[in-house]
Formats: sequence, structure tokens, C-alpha cells
Amino acid sequence: MKIYGVALLAFCFLFGKLLGNYLGVLIGLKSDVGGVGFAMLLLMISYTYFKKKGVVKELTTQGILFWSSMYLPIIVAMAATQNVNAAVSQGPIAVVIGIIVTLCGFFLVPLISKIGQSKNQK
Amino acid sequence: MELVYKLIDKNGLVFAFLVVGIIMYLSFLISEKLFRKKIPGVALAVFVGLLLALLGSKKGIADIPLFSGMALLGGSMLRDFSVVATAMGADLSKIKQAGWAGIVGLFSGVFFSFFVGVLLAFLLGYRDIESLTTIGAGACTYIVGPITGAAVGAGSDVIAISIAIGVVKTIVATIGTPLIAKTIGLDNPHSALVFGGLIGTTSGVTAGLAATDPKLVPYGAFTATFYTGLGCLLCPSVFYFALKAFLLKI
Repeated sequence: MKIYGVALLAFCFLFGKLLGNYLGVLIGLKSDVGGVGFAMLLLMISYTYFKKKGVVKELTTQGILFWSSMYLPIIVAMAATQNVNAAVSQGPIAVVIGIIVTLCGFFLVPLISKIGQSKNQK
Repeated sequence: MELVYKLIDKNGLVFAFLVVGIIMYLSFLISEKLFRKKIPGVALAVFVGLLLALLGSKKGIADIPLFSGMALLGGSMLRDFSVVATAMGADLSKIKQAGWAGIVGLFSGVFFSFFVGVLLAFLLGYRDIESLTTIGAGACTYIVGPITGAAVGAGSDVIAISIAIGVVKTIVATIGTPLIAKTIGLDNPHSALVFGGLIGTTSGVTAGLAATDPKLVPYGAFTATFYTGLGCLLCPSVFYFALKAFLLKI
């Protein structure tokens, strides 16, 4: 049943978020640190495990796939609910810093990707 | 007409599905017919979303009662839920392989964003350490900015600017990523992991990657999810004291 897939996803999501919140408390922050990352790891591990055991049926997978495909429309809705006015109305300071910082990040990508890849080739 | 309003008000989320569906359909149509797919339909749809956000204020279009359901659909709960779902298509071995590069990307992402932000703020005339720290933190993400600002005791105007910088970053990442992806070699899981760590704004990274190549989304999201936490940890403490020591010496 599709709901099994959705339930597995929900379990991984909540457990991952819980770990993220605990990690947050542990390092003295009140926020979630890497909860989504933990949840993703959990899903990858548990899905592969259940698949190996042969308990995962096609329909279970479809339940997860549905939510994975809802991702794009959710991003569009998220974009439509951002405080774009605040970003524009704070004047050029915010826009200038925001653009330059992001561009710096972009151009660091090839540099840092190289570090890892050359290591792997050795 | 009043009946229609009442109906939509009661079924906001369902109405949001319809609205986003229409935006996606039109965007893909325009992308195909007008731009011959040179500008991806997803990128166009996200851009339309940002434009619609201008109609409202704090919560974008969701500030208009008719569209309040958009806040639920685009909120962090469903976003994170669907991001986690994308992990099913991700390859664990690739994440392991790129592990170190991802961690290096994550730390240098927070480090560079903060200090580039501080440097720019300094050039623009800010001199007090609290404002500089808060603006640098805002250059990480729009969550790190206000948390850091509150921690070091910055003024509310500076905190507002730090949030705005974070939002601008998200928007630039969303629109800019598909345009610059080829130039910076962002076409494989390895660089997507590094990219997520460097840019860090989960919304910007995931929206940008989605517009570039949806297959890369889980990898970028994976590292980006640690970024805000790391920023909240480093900016008001290590970076703040480092900046203080540095500025006192001058």
C-alpha cells in the first residue's frame, strides 16, 4: 500500500528532525541542526534495507515517489510566500551584499569540488 | 461571489494546489513555446512565484487571505517532507565519496559568506562590531542573521538588513544557479554537495538546483541543511570574537 511508503517517509522525517533538534540542544542552540540531512540518511538506509529484505513493494515506493515529485510545486509555492518586498525595500545595501556574497559562493564551487575529486582519483 | 470566497477560505491548501498547478502549466508552456526550453520551465515558475510574492509583504502572496493556503503548501513542513522524499533517488555511496569536499564546502561557505559580508558592510560605512557581525551573519542565511543579531545585541534596523541580505541571497541562488551551473561545473552529485555547503540557504539551493537538474536536489539539500545550524553556532561566537580581536588591533 502507498501509505506504507508515506509512513516510512514520515517516520524518517520525524526521527531525523528529532536528532537534529537534539544536536541543536547539545551544542547550545534552540534550533534544528541538520534534521533534514539525518532524515535523508535514514530514508536512504532504511529503504535500501527493506528493499534487500524484499518487503518493499512497488506501491510502497510510489508513496514516497509522489512526495518527491511534489517537491517542485512546493518550491514554487515557497517562492511565492517569501518576503521579497523586504529584500527590495531595504535598499541597495542588502541587494549589493546579497548578490556579491552569492556570486562568491558560486565561484568557490569549482575550486572546492576539485579538492575532493583529486583525492578520489588518487 | 461571497460563497466562493468562503469556500476557498475553508479549503486554502486545495486552492493552493490549483494555483501552483496553473503557474507550473503556464510556465512550462511559455518555456517551450517562447524560449524553446532555453529557460527551464521550473526556473520560470519559481520566478513567477517570486513576482507574485511582491503582491504581499511578510508572507508574500499568502498575506492575501484568498491565497493563505500557499503558506501551508510552501511552508517548511511540506518543503522538508518532500526534500527528504527526494533522498530515495540519491546514491549513498556518492555522498560518502564527496564527504570531505562537502564538509570543506560547508565550513568555507559559512566562513566566506560571513567575512565577505563583513568586508562589504565595512566598505559601505559600518564600523561597530555588532552591526558588522550581524550583517556578516545575514550573508550566511536569513535565519543566521537575526539569531546572531539578537545574540550580540545589534539594532533592529541592522537585523532587518541582515534578513533582507539573506532573502536576496536566496533569490539570487534561485535565479542564478541554472544560469551559471555550466560555468562552475555544477552537473554532478559531487559538485552539488559542495554547492549546497557553500551557498547554504536551503530554499535557494533546492530551488536553484531544481531549476538546473532535479536529480541534483537531494545532494545539495543534504549539505545545505547543516549550514544554518553551523552559521548560528559560529557567527555569534568564534567569528564575533575573532572580528573583535581583529578590529581592536587596527
